[in-house]
Amino acid sequence: MPVVSTHRDDQALTLTVVSEFPASVDRVWRIWQDPRQVERWWGPPTWPATVDRYEFEAGGQVRYHMTGPDGEKARGWWTITAIDPPHRLEFDDGFAGEDGEPLPTDVPTHAVVTLEATDTGTRMTLVSHFASTDHLDQILAMGAAEGLREALGQVDLLLADAST
Amino acid sequence: MVVDEAGGAAVDRIFHALADATRRDIVTRVLRHGQSVSTLARHYPMSFAAVQKHVAVLERAALVTKERRGREQVVHGNPAALRRAARLLDAYERIWRDRVHAIDQILAEDPER
Repeated sequence: MPVVSTHRDDQALTLTVVSEFPASVDRVWRIWQDPRQVERWWGPPTWPATVDRYEFEAGGQVRYHMTGPDGEKARGWWTITAIDPPHRLEFDDGFAGEDGEPLPTDVPTHAVVTLEATDTGTRMTLVSHFASTDHLDQILAMGAAEGLREALGQVDLLLADAST
Repeated sequence: MVVDEAGGAAVDRIFHALADATRRDIVTRVLRHGQSVSTLARHYPMSFAAVQKHVAVLERAALVTKERRGREQVVHGNPAALRRAARLLDAYERIWRDRVHAIDQILAEDPER
């Protein structure tokens, strides 16, 4: 498998996935640059992605939908926030409504992709930053991952209570 | 709504729904007993409409369900969906592992493109 390591930082709310490919940096960059190639890997096999709009430039907008096994559609968007071909791409990645546009209540994930040449090909590092919606509440410095765990811990307790 | 673990979008919905302290609190409250939106709204220093919006986000993520009872809308928790959310970060990591695997296959098939 090309994935060489993954790392979760629950404090910084990031997930890092490092992978290595036996291909040039330019080739791996085109995996991101070409929407027809993005369609081949972005969606899970059961939810293939179709790119409806693809502006691969700083400030560029991307709109896509994924089609599920029963024909249901899940729509998403990116805004490309920084780009430095062929080494660095940053974008916000969020969920869209029926009209394909970002949901006002949605909080995007910020992704930073870096490509570096190695002796055998290219190392791709992807860092996903998860944001919190509650920018007023500094308690949420513990963030979504911890909050999620906390919520789930409470669920486990409630479920345990219910079964006794 | 079906929470499909294979669907990154469904995972995103759950993740975003639970990324907010008020929404986590709402989920915790309604898991024990169903509560009306107006009862819930009394717990938070925000408008009824704002609480209703939070409930709508949770509903889209299938973490709660709403039931109309007379004039009231009663919100119930959905522990099954929440249990699935327990594997959320795992799911996120798996999504990226799958993507990386697919990229690797494309590179092997089309080394030049």
